[in-house]
Amino acid sequence: MLLISCPFCGERGEAEFAWGGEPVARPSFSATDAEWGDYLYNRTNVKGRNRELWRHAGGCGQWFVMERDTVTHEIFGTVRVGA
Amino acid sequence: MRYSAMQLIRQGISGAPWEPAWRTPELAASYDAVVIGGGGHGLAAAYYLRAVQGVKRVAVLERGWIGGGNTGRNTTIVRSNYFFPESAAMYDFALRLYEGLSEALNYNIMLSQRGVLNLAHSEHDFDLMRRSVNAMLLNGIDVELLSAAQVQREVDLLNFAPDARFPIHGGFVQRRGGVARHDAVAWAYARAASALGVDVIQGCEVTGFVREGDRVVGVETSLGRVSAGVVGMSVAGHSGVLAGMAGFRLPITSYALQAMVSEPLKPILNTVVMSTATGMYVSQSDKGELVFGQGLDLYPSYGQRGNLPVAQTIVASMLEMFPAFRRLKMLRQWAGVVDVCWDYSPIIGPSPAPGLFMNCGWGTGGFKASPVGGWLLARSMATGGHHELSRPFDLGRFTSGRLVDEAAGAGIAH
Repeated sequence: MLLISCPFCGERGEAEFAWGGEPVARPSFSATDAEWGDYLYNRTNVKGRNRELWRHAGGCGQWFVMERDTVTHEIFGTVRVGA
Repeated sequence: MRYSAMQLIRQGISGAPWEPAWRTPELAASYDAVVIGGGGHGLAAAYYLRAVQGVKRVAVLERGWIGGGNTGRNTTIVRSNYFFPESAAMYDFALRLYEGLSEALNYNIMLSQRGVLNLAHSEHDFDLMRRSVNAMLLNGIDVELLSAAQVQREVDLLNFAPDARFPIHGGFVQRRGGVARHDAVAWAYARAASALGVDVIQGCEVTGFVREGDRVVGVETSLGRVSAGVVGMSVAGHSGVLAGMAGFRLPITSYALQAMVSEPLKPILNTVVMSTATGMYVSQSDKGELVFGQGLDLYPSYGQRGNLPVAQTIVASMLEMFPAFRRLKMLRQWAGVVDVCWDYSPIIGPSPAPGLFMNCGWGTGGFKASPVGGWLLARSMATGGHHELSRPFDLGRFTSGRLVDEAAGAGIAH
């Protein structure tokens, strides 16, 4: 069981949290099909240290950013979005 | 050496050691075709490149050992009960190859077509199941809808108590589905490929691609550089890592998928049981262990371990469905790293890097497709294009939007 530190609520068990994916930037509406497809579907799927969005779904409901190793599951830190 | 009952008796009497099932050659400096990944899919691709496509010099490069990845970590279920025609055609081709594989490769893969039984736990579940079954029948798949009473006749052990948390309202079965010995599938392809001259190289990690302009013309490995006329990748959970080396990204996220076995029992469960509502699937191995698993872990991972909350859910689901198993001890638990596409369908065919071909994105259900994944990758590598079975699964569907959405369409565990 991972202990995850919500920037708003403090440390809670992993079962309260939902993974929210790699941060992606929405392209403009004039984007080509290839650009839209890339935005919607393609992911870097990093092996190792990675920046991800998470949400305290079973708690305060807030989104935040976590830095995490996808092999060891070590958590390096959590910060509010934009911080 | 051809395996047969006579050979078994001869070896048994003489006590002579069995010759190794495949050769262990040195890595050559160049091949006509190189397949990255020595799991069931990669070994099948190498075998079909040689046996069907007639490519002369072929190598399979495996970072670890043959069948030590997801091929040895799945729950060994084979079936073709898919919703979309494109999927059903492809998975049924795989099942037909499985049906003839022991003969074709002269290696007993212990295919046991004991049926795959899916359960419905409410009237609404059962309505949806009827729709799926109709679609599968239109796809030409041998499925039968069963009433609750028929399900009870098939598997009396299920929880038919009036206060069951997941009451059983019916189900459907694919009789040709079942299980096969997963290791044997990898070993059979490795042995057959090796006998045809394919170099099966273990302990050889690919660290980069050799390019000539845009084109992939070889691979850098831990054992040195290899030039190749064509390169195929069949590396499941590590597809994104290899794509990164080749300079593109894929619509794939890697997750850990867990499975576990109980202590061995006398024969007690004679079919494969799956439940959409709990996501659980279970069968009994030839050794007597109950082999079971469920859905993905809750976040992406390259760790072949699996996390505890999901392990608990898996066990809880099974005990709710089979109260008789409550006193069993667990023997082992493990996980494989699976490559999940958004539509739960695979990606087969040319990659954005010319000269490099892909067979990936099988996600949670790759074992059942090992023969067809290999067959289609070999075909694509040899021709540079698609077979009609693989065309719908081209990477281009993530630009055109024409997904084969089995995740939504089938509503069944993959």
